[in-house]
Amino acid sequence: MACFIVPGTEAIVATAVLVAVKHHEAKLAAPSLGGKTAQVEKKTPFSKKLGWLCSLLWGGVALLAFEHIWHGEVVPFPPFLTAAADPVSKAEMLHEMGTSGVAMAVLVTLIWAGMAVISSVLESKTARHTAAEEGV
Amino acid sequence: MTLLITVFAACISTAVWYKTSGRSEMKPGILALMYWGASIMWFVDAVVEYAELKSEYFTPAPADMLNDSFLGFSVVALGLIIWLVIVMIKDPKGVIRKKN
Repeated sequence: MACFIVPGTEAIVATAVLVAVKHHEAKLAAPSLGGKTAQVEKKTPFSKKLGWLCSLLWGGVALLAFEHIWHGEVVPFPPFLTAAADPVSKAEMLHEMGTSGVAMAVLVTLIWAGMAVISSVLESKTARHTAAEEGV
Repeated sequence: MTLLITVFAACISTAVWYKTSGRSEMKPGILALMYWGASIMWFVDAVVEYAELKSEYFTPAPADMLNDSFLGFSVVALGLIIWLVIVMIKDPKGVIRKKN
C-alpha cells in the first residue's frame, strides 16, 4: 500500500547524514596531507559505507514505488496514495507502514551494518598482515 | 516472481561487480546495491504474505504469475535505466564532457 514510505524516509535521513559526513571528512583530510592520509586511504571511509546504505535504500524505494504505481496504489493526483482516500483503507495502510515498512527499513539497515562490520574486520586483518610482513 | 527475478538481477550484477574487482568505472556496484535493496524489501513483503497465505503462497494463479513476471522484468529494466542515468551524469570516462 505505502510500505516504501518508511525506508524512503530513512533514505532521506541517511542522505542528509552522508552529506554531513562527507563534509566532515573533507575538513579532516584537508590540513593533514602529510603522513596521516596514506594510512587513512587504506581504510574505506565511513562516507563510502554510508553510500552503500543510501544505494540500498534509494534503489529499493524507487523499484518498490514503481511496483506500487503498477498496482494502482500510487497515483499522480491527490491524495497520491489510493488507500488514503477512505478511513478504513487509511488505517490498513498505516498498519502496513508500521509493520512491513518498519521491518524493511530495519532489515536493510541490519544487513548494511553487517556489511560495514565485515568490511572493517577484513581491512583490519589485511592491515595487520601487511604490518607483520613489513616487520619481518 | 518479482522477488525471484530481482534476486537473479542482483546476483548477476554482483558477479559483474566482483569480476571487475569492484573498480569498474561503470559502477556496477550501484546497480547491485539497488537490486539488493529492492530484493530485501520484497523479501519482507513475501514473508508477510507467507504468514497470511501459508502454503498457498507457493501456488499462485497463472495470471498472477504472468503479471508478477512482467512486473519483475519491468523492474529490472527500470533499475538498468536508473543506473545508466547515474553513469551518464557522473560520466566517469568523460565521453559526454568531451563531446560538449
